[in-house]
Amino acid sequence: MYPILANAMEVLPHIDGYVYPNEQNFLWTVLIVVYPYITGLVAGAFIMASFVRVFNVKALDPVYRMSLLTALAFLLAAPLPLLFHLGHPERCMEMMLTPHLSSPMAMFGFVYAWYLMAVLLLELWLDYRRDFVTWSQQHTGFKKFLYSILTVGVRDVSPGALKLDHRMSLAISIIGIPSAFLLHGYVGFIFGSVKANPWWGNVLMPIIFIFSAMVSGMALCVVLYMFVTRIRGQKLDIKCLDVMGRMLFYALVIDAGIEALDWIHRLYSAHEEIDVLKHLATGKLFYTLLILQALLGTLVPLVFLGLGQLFPHRISAAARTKIYCVMASLILVGVFAMRWNVVIGGQLFSKSLRGFTTYKMALAGHEGWPVALALMILPFVILTVLVKLFLPKEMANSVQPAVAIEPTIPSTI
Amino acid sequence: MTNCTSRRNALRTFGGALAGILSFSAAKTAKAVVQKGLVTTSAPKGYDPTKHKWLMGFDIDRCIGCGSCVEACKTENNVPQGASYFRTWIERYIIKKPKPGSGEARGETIVDSPNGGRNGFPPSMVPREEILKSFFVPKLCNLCVDSPCVQACPVGATFDSPDGVVLVDPKYCVGCGFCIQACPYGCRFMNPETKTADKCTLCYHRITRGLQPACVEVCPTEARIFGDLKNCAPEDPIMQFIAKNKLQTLKPHLGTGPRVSYANMDKEVR
Repeated sequence: MYPILANAMEVLPHIDGYVYPNEQNFLWTVLIVVYPYITGLVAGAFIMASFVRVFNVKALDPVYRMSLLTALAFLLAAPLPLLFHLGHPERCMEMMLTPHLSSPMAMFGFVYAWYLMAVLLLELWLDYRRDFVTWSQQHTGFKKFLYSILTVGVRDVSPGALKLDHRMSLAISIIGIPSAFLLHGYVGFIFGSVKANPWWGNVLMPIIFIFSAMVSGMALCVVLYMFVTRIRGQKLDIKCLDVMGRMLFYALVIDAGIEALDWIHRLYSAHEEIDVLKHLATGKLFYTLLILQALLGTLVPLVFLGLGQLFPHRISAAARTKIYCVMASLILVGVFAMRWNVVIGGQLFSKSLRGFTTYKMALAGHEGWPVALALMILPFVILTVLVKLFLPKEMANSVQPAVAIEPTIPSTI
Repeated sequence: MTNCTSRRNALRTFGGALAGILSFSAAKTAKAVVQKGLVTTSAPKGYDPTKHKWLMGFDIDRCIGCGSCVEACKTENNVPQGASYFRTWIERYIIKKPKPGSGEARGETIVDSPNGGRNGFPPSMVPREEILKSFFVPKLCNLCVDSPCVQACPVGATFDSPDGVVLVDPKYCVGCGFCIQACPYGCRFMNPETKTADKCTLCYHRITRGLQPACVEVCPTEARIFGDLKNCAPEDPIMQFIAKNKLQTLKPHLGTGPRVSYANMDKEVR
């Protein structure tokens, strides 16, 4: 009605060169950065747990349950950034009820539901069932009520029943690993399948997402394990930390290798978009891509974690602990930067390949940075509740899932 | 034994609940497929989309960049005001002369589209003597045969109509923006009023009533050529346009099969 007024009120971003007029609206904001970051942490934390269950890495026992609870806490928060971003969040269930099967995004609901209900909750339930029975007898009041409800009326803790639990749990863990890959691989596919965008449309994208997810989830488990033990005044299990550090290093080597391959291939094959992408990497994404992601998030951890592998006896346990803590934190920042570079970076250049736009995080509104920050904090709040309820102090270092079927163990709790 | 049965029952209940959710979903999907046949568009009753095949073409040499088409589109379709919401827009290409002695065939290419070309174009900042050639290129939805936007929509709110038009059902769109990301041509935008994806419909409410799209109607130089491939004679403008010109499409290498054709297009256009 008042075009001049409307034009004056419209805040257009700073443009270099030419972008299609409709591209001046920055569409996927920091919330869409948070979403793959959170799902990646879920997948990584679950894979950390499955090292114990499937590959029988006993040294990781102390972090087994904490990893599963971390995966659950982050999974519960995972859909929220997407929901906040939707133009019509009230229609979100249509993605599950009337999915358009050619769309990778339509698979979100199914993958999410499968992972939450068929994998994570079931595995946790089978793993905790014996404890629910025990705790429902030990506690009173609300906790007794809660643990009783969680047993779902199944109170058989005979050795035979526990053995069955263990077997079923193992089977779910085995299904869980490809499911975790699916959960995050499909997020990578959402970006990788966009052929319109040369920064995203890449066959390696799902694999890059899977390995970066593993790296970030393991790093989170390292940091959380240190944090929880410190808060509880317990002693760190350096063997467990060493194994986590080794896993983290190997996963990071693969992750860095694949990402390097991606860049080598892009630079060598040099399609029409290569000049734009080089300009992007060395210009608008210089700090987040080259400094945060490549240098601090990948190279520095590779060197320090690698030194720990090469000279395990020359570095003291205290120094190793500090290295793991700092490197895991750097990796967490680096993987967040990687998500930022993919999601935001992919929208900073025009599909006309003739110009660049800018993105500034908003303060107000449902897509502002305070909302994104709150959504990043939320899983930690959920995790705190879960740890309080399901990871009692005396349990933190005593859970031995592989031997939990032994009849002598329950009596020691 | 009672306890064992209880666990089995508990698992059975979980499974039953999951199966229930999945079958409910399957039922809703089936319903949606049926509804697709009855989807409501802005077409009048009795319009049969299977009996038409709409197509738009552009003769770049004819476009003078007056912006009438952009203005007409904004008005006709209630396109949000503002310089970043367009169902159609015009780009100006200025190709500079090469530097003397550079051995190049042409110089730098400069593209602009101030306010989508809605108010025409101000004089170029490039001095006239430095310009090798300059031309205008109108843009709109490319009416792709294999539309990446349709493929990407998670709920099927964007769909290919049998008459060749790609439409959005604003009552069904969830506003995720995936289709906007998937369009290689920048033809879609998130409507700030409806919070749904928006795009050119070829003025569906007009063409299904025997009228031309607003942009075609107002074009003073007939740079936009529109017609119905299933109901046209050889002497119709669209058939003449196809017969007499060597035609190109935008970004054919992406395999989207754009149907909108351009005559006299330079290689710099994308």
